[in-house]
Amino acid sequence: MASGTTWTFRKPSIIPGFGLAFGFTLTYLSLIVLIPLAALVLMTASLGWPEFWRIASDPRTLAALRLSFGASLAAAGINAVFGLIVAWVLVRYDFPGRRLLDAFVDLPFALPTAVAGIALTALYAPNGWIGSLLAPLGIKVAYTPAGIVIALIFIGLPFVVRTLQPVMEEIDREVEEAAATLGASRFLTFRRIILPTLLPPLLTGFALALARAVGEYGSVIFIAGNIPFVSEIAPLLIVVRLTEFNYPAATAVATLMLLISFALLLAINLIQAWSRRRFGNV
Amino acid sequence: MYNDAIAPPLPMTLRPATTERRWVRWALIGVAVLFLLIFLLMPLVIVFFEAFSRGAGYFLESITEKDALAAIRLTLIVAAISVPANLVFGVAAAWAIAKFEFKGKSFLITLIDLPFSVSPVTSGLIYVLIFGAQGWLGPTLQEHGIQIIFAVPGIVLATIFVTFPFVARELIPIMQEQGTRDEEAALSLGASGWRTFFRVTLPNIKWALLYGVLLCNARAMGEFGAVSVVSGKIRGQTNTMPLHVEILYNEYLGVAAFAVASLLALLAMITLAAKTGLEWRYADEIAAQRKH
Repeated sequence: MASGTTWTFRKPSIIPGFGLAFGFTLTYLSLIVLIPLAALVLMTASLGWPEFWRIASDPRTLAALRLSFGASLAAAGINAVFGLIVAWVLVRYDFPGRRLLDAFVDLPFALPTAVAGIALTALYAPNGWIGSLLAPLGIKVAYTPAGIVIALIFIGLPFVVRTLQPVMEEIDREVEEAAATLGASRFLTFRRIILPTLLPPLLTGFALALARAVGEYGSVIFIAGNIPFVSEIAPLLIVVRLTEFNYPAATAVATLMLLISFALLLAINLIQAWSRRRFGNV
Repeated sequence: MYNDAIAPPLPMTLRPATTERRWVRWALIGVAVLFLLIFLLMPLVIVFFEAFSRGAGYFLESITEKDALAAIRLTLIVAAISVPANLVFGVAAAWAIAKFEFKGKSFLITLIDLPFSVSPVTSGLIYVLIFGAQGWLGPTLQEHGIQIIFAVPGIVLATIFVTFPFVARELIPIMQEQGTRDEEAALSLGASGWRTFFRVTLPNIKWALLYGVLLCNARAMGEFGAVSVVSGKIRGQTNTMPLHVEILYNEYLGVAAFAVASLLALLAMITLAAKTGLEWRYADEIAAQRKH
């Protein structure tokens, strides 16, 4: 048997089935996820650096990436503000229909994106329920970049609310009481005591919503208008290049987006590591 | 310990120090409710409103038309393959990760979560690059007359990819929390490995498992981006329900599109209701820390 000093891959255990479960997991993971993603990266690498750079710096690619990022940042920012209010209201206050509303927050996770897309377009079209109210004010939402932001707000909201809620529930009320007995106003208590605790989950929720929004396709393409250089998001550009059978361009844009989402993933992990160091939990 | 009869808990209204003024509370509730109504409820309502805007007859006609039925059937077939596949994977992965200690475990968990951070369009693209006519295996497959892209296998593969982590990530935290003591007891009493799994582990995780399957199924039936890249959208053959919605919508058959969409919206509502029911009844038995 292996002695304590030798390197062992796994600790011995009397529970059976490690080989089968681990082997199956690794095989399935490789076949479905790792090898196909590796194919994408290899295919991009085979383009060579100059060709990759040419596609990446193409004005249409840059415009699509800028739009995807700009709209996603705007939507995640709006979700951070309203998601904070929604989470706070759901955790702290009691009012009729609270539990129902709480359950309802997950709708964007459950509703297929294409359904959300056509529903939002119908609402914000110039003759729609909301669009017809905005039209006299000269505000056009559907078929403009503003429509993209609306769709991304819908998609991203639950990420912010669901990341904030568990942390809000664990806030120690005694600290707030202490602040109040020391004479702090409620607003001061919120700003100096509560908000700093909520900052890490708020940032995490923001980043999760952002990451989801950058790659979002289904809910956006119906409301966007999809005009190159104006309202064409990066995932749509991949589809456009594919339908042109321009595989190198599709591959290069997809790899660019993959790198961006990995950077966001890394950022999320760093935020969480930082908040663990600072607050010891979550 | 205080007796409840002697010292009843003070009602919240007597402790204004840890809550906001009344008008602030109601203003915040108003903002939150209004925001959710406009951004979540109205899109849901308009789906059903538009679906029935030409009456129930037209609605029924739209969802029982030949291509619509083919799309419904395909969606059910795709879910019936991809959900069980990811269920088996999720259980195997959770068993390996939660019941054993090995090197590189957290890296493995990161890899399992990977599909969530890939754009749906990219999820479809990777299979086109491998199995498509110009892909790595394309010529070989063509020689043998096997079609994966623009056919059902491609749709299934793309769906499995986008729903890959759902079951595993529900099971891993709860099985880690439950540890190995129950299994060790069963094994030491002479139960076989499989018997231990089916009689001890499975009952412990059944609600979390159902929860994961529910979310996995909702996404599998509703996936649009990944499937649209690999499907080719051949009416009656490779059209799933979300793709059928898109085709009808682009052909200016808006009401018919909303009729099919309303079925998907109904599925979403059933999923939400079942999910919420599970959360309310079995909160402890479903992993507490959920992130989607």
